[in-house]
Amino acid sequence: MSEVKKIATRESYGKALAQLGEKYDDIMVLDADLAAATKTSVFKNVYPERFVNCGIAECNMVGVAAGLATTGKVPFVSTFAMFAAGRAFEQVRNSVGYPKLNVKIGATHAGISVGEDGASHQCNEDIALMRIIPGMVVISPADDIEAKAAVQAAYDHVGPVYMRFGRLPVPVINDRPDYKFELGKGVVLREGKDVTIVSTGLPVANCLEVAERLAKDGVAAKVINMHTIKPLDQELVIAAARETGKVVTVEEHSVIGGLGSAVCDVLAEHFPTKVLKIGINDVFGESGPAVELVKKYGLDTDSLYEKIKGFLFEI
Amino acid sequence: MNKLQLEQTANEVRKGIITAVFNAKSGHPGGSLSAADIFTYLYFAELNIDPDNPRKVDRDRFVLSKGHNSPGYYAALANRGFFPVEDLKTFRHTGSYLQGHPDMKGTPGVDMSSGSLGQGISAAVGMAISAQLDKASFRVYTLLGDGEIQEGQVWEASMLAGHKKLDNLVVIVDNNNLQIDGAITEVNSPYPIDKKFEAFNFHVININGNDFDEIDAAFKKAKEVKGKPTAIIAKTVKGKGVSFMENKAAWHGTAPNEAQYQEAMAELEKAGGLLCQK
Repeated sequence: MSEVKKIATRESYGKALAQLGEKYDDIMVLDADLAAATKTSVFKNVYPERFVNCGIAECNMVGVAAGLATTGKVPFVSTFAMFAAGRAFEQVRNSVGYPKLNVKIGATHAGISVGEDGASHQCNEDIALMRIIPGMVVISPADDIEAKAAVQAAYDHVGPVYMRFGRLPVPVINDRPDYKFELGKGVVLREGKDVTIVSTGLPVANCLEVAERLAKDGVAAKVINMHTIKPLDQELVIAAARETGKVVTVEEHSVIGGLGSAVCDVLAEHFPTKVLKIGINDVFGESGPAVELVKKYGLDTDSLYEKIKGFLFEI
Repeated sequence: MNKLQLEQTANEVRKGIITAVFNAKSGHPGGSLSAADIFTYLYFAELNIDPDNPRKVDRDRFVLSKGHNSPGYYAALANRGFFPVEDLKTFRHTGSYLQGHPDMKGTPGVDMSSGSLGQGISAAVGMAISAQLDKASFRVYTLLGDGEIQEGQVWEASMLAGHKKLDNLVVIVDNNNLQIDGAITEVNSPYPIDKKFEAFNFHVININGNDFDEIDAAFKKAKEVKGKPTAIIAKTVKGKGVSFMENKAAWHGTAPNEAQYQEAMAELEKAGGLLCQK
């Protein structure tokens, strides 16, 4: 395979913020002493007056963003997913979600691909925590192009939005002229009639490779990139299940409460289908190079291929 | 509004508190009554607000960080004309716009939803940062309980307020000395409160929060302070104005029964009558 361009979506986030900052005066960016890691430093360097470093105090930062939003500002709040969705959960729920304020949460370092920092910093629960909040939009972009588009879409949407970005560079898969990001609309990256693979974020690129391999085995896999987990593209999920009869979900998140659960919620109600949920199996992560962890926790192409093949032949 | 008028209005606010909590058969009268004079001063003497245009852009903001004192807040807003005083009777009822804790989406005059302790002050800091950035004229006020300041988020917010030199921000602590489980000194003492805020780079003013002369002087002084936020530590009496509720932790979150309601209202009517004779 030819060398593909790889960019971490946190890098895309920082660049997109700086671009939006130029277009919109009302954008403000808040960070909690992680500007260099979340890449909000890109914005800070250009618009220091609209950047607020709240120090290591994420709960307050979310509340400050809520207050800014009441005055008409559009604050983008950034820290690691662990602290945005985890530590500050109740502030997000009560100070942002309940009053339905126009706050955007840009959470970086999601999932096990945080790598060496280990389990304390690898948030595999954020999608579950955020999607349960009424009115919260949850976006998990798969590559650089989608991440940048997501930031624009988050700005355009009036109301709270949670965006999930990663630390590990991921292949650019959306560099085509007709690419368009539509909030709440899944993207069919590959057509197929034998099985549907629904994925989000980091493993989407791997799922495309898996589909390639399955094709050689005579299995036509449909691949859906579900960049918006809430509101979920229910129609697309139901239609795909109807068409292929079998569904696999793949995410760098716990199999409890994330994309897999969201897909199962829809299918259980509208079109009961056997679903294989692939993700972090209700365990904490650990330290190690990100690429090794992705493999150890079964989200690399080889592991995904084996699991999905097993699922197909078992049925 | 002069001092006598403020005292008369505060008495009406106290009647509103008792009425709301009695009709809801739940709610928090103790802290609402202790802060009734502060609510009254804010809404009748201090804030730049317009009941006919509750969302006007340059209005002063108020965040009730101790959101459970919504009866006091609502009674002040109603008496100021944001909504009918009669509606206080719907407090905490299903479908009412007067939720148990403030809901900015439904209640005219409410600038921020609050109630989960420690969170309101952060929103107030955000509002003040916005005004500072835009060089906007509005000022931001937030009222906290002395039990509430046990929440760590209060100090995260205070650190940022001091760091940002938010001289458009006034933090008021209703220091009635009681929280649900008893005296704040017995539960987990936050004292010395004034020195803590001083350490976070606030200008601190200690007052009797049930005395309009002292309240007036403190808020006037706060406007003169430059380069620092102000903290007004208001020593108050929990349950103030209803003798059997005064200084009793049990009245933190308990509604009066019919007989207690009658007794409380009679006492407030009498107090109102005496103020009329002044």
